[in-house]
Amino acid sequence: MSLAAAPSQVRTAPRARLSKRIRKAADATVWIGIATLILTFLYTPIVVLVAFSFNSSRSLSWPMTGLTLDWYRKLAENDQLITAVQNSVYVAVSATALTLLIGVPAALALDRLDFPGKGVFRKLVLLPIALPGIITGISMLILFRLLGFGLSLETVIIGHATALLAVVVTQVFARLQRLPHSLDEASADLGASGLQTFFLVTLPNIRTAVIGAGILSFTLSFDEIPVTFFLTGRDNTLPMYIWSTMRRGLTPEINAVGALIVAASILLILISVLLQRERTGQGR
Amino acid sequence: MTDIIRLDGVSKQFGFVMGVDNVSLNVRKGEFLTLLGPSGCGKSTLLRMIGGFEEPTAGRIWLDGEDVTDLPANQRAVNMLFQDYALFPHMSVGKNVGYGLRVAGVPKREVETKVREVLELVGLADKIATAPHQLSGGQRQRVALARAIVRHPKVLLLDEPLSALDANLREAMQVELRHLHQKVGLTFIMVTHDQTEALTMSDRVIVMRQGRIMQDGAPQSLYDLPGSPYIADFIGTTNLFNSRIENGQVACYGQPLTINPQAIVAGTQTFGFRPEKARLLPGNASGANLLRGTVAEVFYHGSVARIVVDLGQGQVLVDLQISDAAVGLPKAGAQVAVEVASHKIMGFAAEDAA
Repeated sequence: MSLAAAPSQVRTAPRARLSKRIRKAADATVWIGIATLILTFLYTPIVVLVAFSFNSSRSLSWPMTGLTLDWYRKLAENDQLITAVQNSVYVAVSATALTLLIGVPAALALDRLDFPGKGVFRKLVLLPIALPGIITGISMLILFRLLGFGLSLETVIIGHATALLAVVVTQVFARLQRLPHSLDEASADLGASGLQTFFLVTLPNIRTAVIGAGILSFTLSFDEIPVTFFLTGRDNTLPMYIWSTMRRGLTPEINAVGALIVAASILLILISVLLQRERTGQGR
Repeated sequence: MTDIIRLDGVSKQFGFVMGVDNVSLNVRKGEFLTLLGPSGCGKSTLLRMIGGFEEPTAGRIWLDGEDVTDLPANQRAVNMLFQDYALFPHMSVGKNVGYGLRVAGVPKREVETKVREVLELVGLADKIATAPHQLSGGQRQRVALARAIVRHPKVLLLDEPLSALDANLREAMQVELRHLHQKVGLTFIMVTHDQTEALTMSDRVIVMRQGRIMQDGAPQSLYDLPGSPYIADFIGTTNLFNSRIENGQVACYGQPLTINPQAIVAGTQTFGFRPEKARLLPGNASGANLLRGTVAEVFYHGSVARIVVDLGQGQVLVDLQISDAAVGLPKAGAQVAVEVASHKIMGFAAEDAA
């Protein structure tokens, strides 16, 4: 019976395979189409921004009149803008460092320790993320006034750190929850002190979460306006500066700043990818 | 001093529940001791207290003549093989094994030699640079084992070490652990809920229940001389029945059996015999100490068949050794007799629950 059936099977097989291949190709085309649409939606504005930063004409109209680096040169001569960028970097780096320094131990305490009121503590730590920036800004403004603090970039840092703490704690805590407690116990069992366990076992395993939370915090702090608006003194951060110049109309200079920020973001993403790859490569 | 561990009235209370209830216990140097019991009997808690991961609410723990009750885990010369192995995922096999030596500040060269030695011992010398996630379950277990013994602890604690392995591997690891125990000469304390594991591997078994020690003895004595109906049925299987004694006879579901005078303990009420120690005979057999009934069910296990015999007022189990497949198994409904030699009937002192 199998002998008789064999030839017909051989004949039909290529045909079936062909139709299967066509169906697969059709599927792939549809998916590629959808993916292209999504990416276009996401990235067209950024491409336009970068393109116009090289446009020789002041007007934002298509087609572009010619290529120039004038706007980048102008940008390099704009002291106000450069100070604003420096301020923004200072605020974002400090706020990120501060939130990590408080947030990582807080997440550890939430995960590893048992103390009365833990549930309430956890919810209260996470609450600021749900508060509008305006509320954080106004309330801290009032508090700083009451305490007699002058407003400065440092008050902005504290304001940002407050809002960002929730981000760091959430991310690091989620990672810690997936890390078996037996790792800590095994480390202690093998004679390691609490600090050794943290640096040799816990931190390497939550590193990607810490880096991720750090980068997210940096980005959120870098382009933050509401809290900064209330808490800054005379100093301007980059978003505040851009916002204030926008009132005089959109200039290609702003496009150039935007293009530089995009470049910096890509660099940041590359660094984070590299850092995370090194971690998985270590074991081999 | 030959006692490496001494527990003196150790208790652990969780809220209102006694996890471990006033346990005193001596462990001899070089012994393979197993804490056996159902889940929730306190065996793991006891092990974790010896390891320093839980603090006893009462009692003292002595390790090699030193009171270690208040010492944290990282200062005790005991190591634990964790149930989930707890290998550090970001370190290679070699780094995992050498971890305990490195944190103790042992020179690099010496760490390398010792790591190599111990990996050789567990047969994984070629995996020194491999990441844990690339290993099989059995290999991970051996890495964990190597990591736990590389510092030559005074006692090795094993928390359900084989429960995560599949059946074949589990049997192989039983043998391997036993051999390793003989080779390295360390004291092993293992926790398990698997009675076969306990019987095959250990020198001494402690049966625990509800936080207390029920019986303490060599595997064979536990099996042959169980101290209570509970143990008789927890280790192996036992046909248990309640009866009064009349003229040296007891009634097993209404049918008389003669018992040995030694089996009669003061206040004896519960008796039992093991299925493999009774003999299944044809229904027309005659003789002493016979229980008559019909076959209710047959469970075929390959080398042995377990027959459920209905005695009318109750059922007993009898094992039938299959040495000749041509003989065939009894059919359900067949009339049979069960011969129970009088010296094979065990008697137990009254107990509140069986």
